Amino acid sequence: MAIETPSATAGPTGPPASPASAKGATRKGDRIFLGLSRGSGITLLVIMAAIAVFLTWRAALAISADEASFLTSFEWDANATPPRFGIAVLAFGTVVSSIIAMVLAVPVAVGIALFISHYAPRKLATPLGYVIDLLAAVPSIVYGLWGALFLVPHLTGLYTWLDEYLGWTHIFRYEGGAARSLFTVGILLAIMILPIVTNVSREVFRQSPKMQEEAALALGATRWEVIRMSVLPFGRSGVISASMLGLGRALGETMAVATVLSPSFLIKASLLQPGGGTFAQNIAAGFKEAGGMGRDALIASGLVLFVITLLVNGAARLIIARRKEYSGANA
Amino acid sequence: MSQTAVADAPVEGAAPPLPSLKQPRLPRWAPFVLALVSAALGSGIGVVAGLDSRIQWGLIAAVLYLGITAVLAGSVEGTRQAKDRLATSAIWVCFLLAVVPLASLLWETAARGVKVLDGYFLTHSMSGVITMEPGGGIYHALIGTLEQVGLATLIAAPIGLLTAIYLVEYGRGRLAKAVTFFVDVMTGIPSIVAGLFILSFWIIILGFGYSGFAGAMALAILMMPIVVRSTEEMLKLVPNELREASLALGVPKWKTILKVVLPTAVGGITTGIMLAVARIAGESAPILLLVFGSAEINNNPFEGAQSSLPYYIYEQWALGNEPSYDRAWAAALVLIAFVMILNLVARGIARWKAPKH
Repeated sequence: MAIETPSATAGPTGPPASPASAKGATRKGDRIFLGLSRGSGITLLVIMAAIAVFLTWRAALAISADEASFLTSFEWDANATPPRFGIAVLAFGTVVSSIIAMVLAVPVAVGIALFISHYAPRKLATPLGYVIDLLAAVPSIVYGLWGALFLVPHLTGLYTWLDEYLGWTHIFRYEGGAARSLFTVGILLAIMILPIVTNVSREVFRQSPKMQEEAALALGATRWEVIRMSVLPFGRSGVISASMLGLGRALGETMAVATVLSPSFLIKASLLQPGGGTFAQNIAAGFKEAGGMGRDALIASGLVLFVITLLVNGAARLIIARRKEYSGANA
Repeated sequence: MSQTAVADAPVEGAAPPLPSLKQPRLPRWAPFVLALVSAALGSGIGVVAGLDSRIQWGLIAAVLYLGITAVLAGSVEGTRQAKDRLATSAIWVCFLLAVVPLASLLWETAARGVKVLDGYFLTHSMSGVITMEPGGGIYHALIGTLEQVGLATLIAAPIGLLTAIYLVEYGRGRLAKAVTFFVDVMTGIPSIVAGLFILSFWIIILGFGYSGFAGAMALAILMMPIVVRSTEEMLKLVPNELREASLALGVPKWKTILKVVLPTAVGGITTGIMLAVARIAGESAPILLLVFGSAEINNNPFEGAQSSLPYYIYEQWALGNEPSYDRAWAAALVLIAFVMILNLVARGIARWKAPKH
């Protein structure tokens, strides 16, 4: 259906009536078509610029009216007069839950990627790849529903156990109640980003130089030595960028966090106790009650999230691009 | 060849009989037996210690398996082989660790979803339903999802397609580089940020109300970069000889693109668009901000609040009682089925229409 658009516009130029006008007509058709496609590219740029401009504009209005410190304050009373709000708790929650997700997901994802690319029998590897692709498509709200109604009740046992043996660290202190904490969010995010990190890593491992692997095997290396000496060094930058893409997902995840976390504007020493919040979760949870200033305050926190994800994704792309050049020079 | 054979022969004859070069190995069935043993031990410990979480049983079994394998292989086969075994086991454990939650997710959704899923559920809205009681359905949410996703596709597919054509067929220089970079950046925008942008621009500044169309615009922003990326990949696969042949026959470039390049790549492009549709059909954050949600059927996406499937799931979950949970699971099952079918059909088309070199 999309294909019709250009032809409909370019139609009036039509087939050239005579050889004399042919050149002019084709040029006109080409010009219109080039204009349309270049215009679409420019539209994309304009949208990106507009996102930055409008978010910054509303955020600036909110921050200038803020009576508390926007970066370090622990409260969120954006609807009060005067409004007082700060993002310290949100920044802490977002960073901590994403780090937990990364620590849990990346080693497992690398393991699965190696399993698919080097360990699994071929008959198992191909369908497994499809399954991982499909799992990457499961909507985040479904993960959220499963997390809230299935995962949370099943984690109390683990948390009690963690508290018993690691409670003295304060980080793993657990005093009972529903396990709707930042740590649970981290576990759920880990499960959610697993497919994407696995997919990207698998692609990289699959491209690892076969000759090197065979040479190492011929010299008597075990399979693990081959992977440690040849596959992992080759795939390192790929794994890093895959992790950063996963991190970008985890940072911006909204609905799954909003369903699982029981939020509060406090930073707690224990990761297992309910409380805390993330940028995206706070926007989803606070939006319906927010008035004019409340919305602008949420937009300001959204702008911070936008900037953080831009930096993380930009870094990931940069690493991928550098790797491309590197492997190109090697080829 | 013959020289080496001659040279080797006396050496071999003179050498004392060597001990076997083959190291003792564990039998091939060892990993399976070890896995069974550690699974049994794990459950045994779980029962004895009175741990009620099956997750812990599994974790104990996994740790036991890794430990036993390492010790046994180390004592029989030597350190290098033991490390290899340990790595192999660790990778298998990783795989199982990941499969368990993902399988549980699909299983729970299917098992709890079929409870209330029937024809009535698909053809009725939540209008006038008391949320504490069973009844009601997702008809209004289905209408909302289809209209919002349809509108988003109408906006995003042409722009994405034309951008990809620009990048592959015309793109040289700084503008093309900038577009490529920002398409990458756009892929990483969190859905809630896209929602906030439309909120600030369309609803706060321009003063329009909540509507399906506002949600569709946010979804379109999320969809565009996906369409551009996949279409670009497909257009690059079209052999240059086709373009050159067409141009050499005097066909203008725009006609070459429309009549030669696009038809060759149409399968892959359709796949890309369908995958993008599947991706945005599950987004609920922008809907929450821009479409607002409603229990009634609203067929007009340009006026007034609507619902959508993912938002419906969130809304029912937030009500927090058993009949609502049942509805949420059933809607989740419908949503997963919709997304999976789109994915499978898209991949089928990709296979069927793949450009042959």
